[in-house]
Amino acid sequence: MNSREQILSDIRILKIDNSELPAIPQFEYEADIIESFKTSITTNKGEIISEEALMDLLESGEFVNVYSASESYSKHSNFGLPEDPHELKNLDLAIIEGDFGVGENGAIWLDDSKLGHRVLPFITEHLVIVVDKTTLVPNMHEAYKRIGQAHSGFGVFIAGPSKTADIEQSLVIGAHGAKSLRVLLV
Amino acid sequence: MNHPVQAAKFLEDKSNAKWHDETLWFVRDKRDLSSKSIPEWEKLRELASGIKDNVLSNLDSYLVEFEKNATKNGIKIHWAKDAEEHNQIVLSILEEKDCKAIVKSKSILTEECHLNLYLEENGVEVVDTDLGERIVQFLNQPPSHIVLPAIHLKKEHISEIFHEKLQTEKGNNDPYYLTQAARKHLREKFLAAKVAITGVNFGVAETGEFVVCTNEGNADMGVHLADTHIACMGIEKLIPKREHLGVFLRLLARSATGQSITNYNSHFRSPSEGKEIHIILLDNGRTKQLGREKFRNSLKCIRCGACMNTCPIYRRSGGYSYGSVVPGPIGSILSPGIDLKKHSTLPFASTLCGSCSDVCPVKINIHEQLYEWRQEITKAQSSINAKSIAMKIANGIFSTPFAYKISGQIMRGSLKILPESVTYSNLNTWGKERDLPELPKQSFKDWYKNKGNE
Repeated sequence: MNSREQILSDIRILKIDNSELPAIPQFEYEADIIESFKTSITTNKGEIISEEALMDLLESGEFVNVYSASESYSKHSNFGLPEDPHELKNLDLAIIEGDFGVGENGAIWLDDSKLGHRVLPFITEHLVIVVDKTTLVPNMHEAYKRIGQAHSGFGVFIAGPSKTADIEQSLVIGAHGAKSLRVLLV
Repeated sequence: MNHPVQAAKFLEDKSNAKWHDETLWFVRDKRDLSSKSIPEWEKLRELASGIKDNVLSNLDSYLVEFEKNATKNGIKIHWAKDAEEHNQIVLSILEEKDCKAIVKSKSILTEECHLNLYLEENGVEVVDTDLGERIVQFLNQPPSHIVLPAIHLKKEHISEIFHEKLQTEKGNNDPYYLTQAARKHLREKFLAAKVAITGVNFGVAETGEFVVCTNEGNADMGVHLADTHIACMGIEKLIPKREHLGVFLRLLARSATGQSITNYNSHFRSPSEGKEIHIILLDNGRTKQLGREKFRNSLKCIRCGACMNTCPIYRRSGGYSYGSVVPGPIGSILSPGIDLKKHSTLPFASTLCGSCSDVCPVKINIHEQLYEWRQEITKAQSSINAKSIAMKIANGIFSTPFAYKISGQIMRGSLKILPESVTYSNLNTWGKERDLPELPKQSFKDWYKNKGNE
């Protein structure tokens, strides 16, 4: 008997009585979704920025290599998407359009259709995600309803910049991934 | 491994022990704040527990469903009966790819299998990429906490290690500076690795996808740059449907650190073009635990670490005192199932206060299982220790009314005159780290009698 058969038979032999799968109820949500989304992003050490502030940032020259997956900022995009994702190591700023956001925790859903390369939002030094206000959902239950059965090879909820507290519980922003997350609500 | 002996060693450094205790309590506090911000918190715990009960009662069919869907998505599934087979599978993939260096993100399962040691013995360089794990790896130590691997170390110590390994400035203890040095060091490793290994937080039977949660982004940096992703997964990590992720992702980070969600929550469903994803499904004693009815639901654990942060014993004895891959209350009910003899002291490393069960996001009755394990262990152990001699004497006293009557008088009299060296000798385990209470002048019986005469 191979290991697969062995494991399955070790389970089957136990004949455990079925325990019913509970249904997830509809949870009420009273808070203002936009406000709680903004608060969540700030709590997660991200930043909510205005369109003007983003323009200023782009024109400041602070970021040398900029890639924008968002049409609206394509004129600031001076870094083509390389064939080999390793070449993204020199990317200073990526601008991506999020699919939707979640009020209760600031999580923003991105999938293969938005990313070009899966490593993009992680390897870039700084990250801007553009989120349409009308797409915000209150909580994770609604988030998964919204994703539904859509099939993407990869999808990620990003809720803040890369961070760690592994040295004496001192919070440090910028561990391995993007050192900052700015979110533009449109 | 003997928990009380190891705990005593940990407590020798009093200031460090105090820091450890307070820091973990601080994390527990954050968990409370975060959980209380959600009115339906208790309902979520019930749901999570119910979903996991359903999984454990149909594990075979969910595994088959998961395998079918993952395979359809282009993922290669492997099955491993034990740690040895698991490690061999990893090595065979690495050999096939001619890969001599890998990056690995946090995976308690690979610690359980001692994968690092195995790969290193076979000439593969393993780089743990979670900052805390990299730190303990530099020291050749295992993690001391499943969520906070280096919680037992102070920044001065970490600074010394980094000075030696990463050539950081001597004496620079700034956490930001040290983290940036690790970032630079690990970027090179990420960019060079052909194979990346991760653990799995949740596997979804319905879709064949799996989810990995991190705050640092290290799992994603590794797997998206590598050609091959190996995900190591315990068979109990399954959940039935995608919608159930909503329940578990709301609970996991809030229970672990008090965050509303980890900053990166990656869903892997199929490899990008030209790349490969392998999943190794591991048993290693899990089906055995499934067969133990009293201990079955310990397999619901989602590895948040909340029971450790709240445990008065864990906070005051440190992760290493447990001598098991998963320490703390949950480790103390999982480990005896793997090796009863080796872990026989763990179920006693508890006050049975029940705080672990109160914070558990999947409602495992941890403290009740600790109590159950004590009974199993007592049955299995025949050796007599100091405590059992005391119990035998007590048995004699309590079974004879006359002996009971005079023993109180004798003890009240003798404890006053006995030197402390006798009262607090090794024979009296209650006297360790505790003062005996002040003795009353008379017994309850005498007091009651006199009261009646008043």
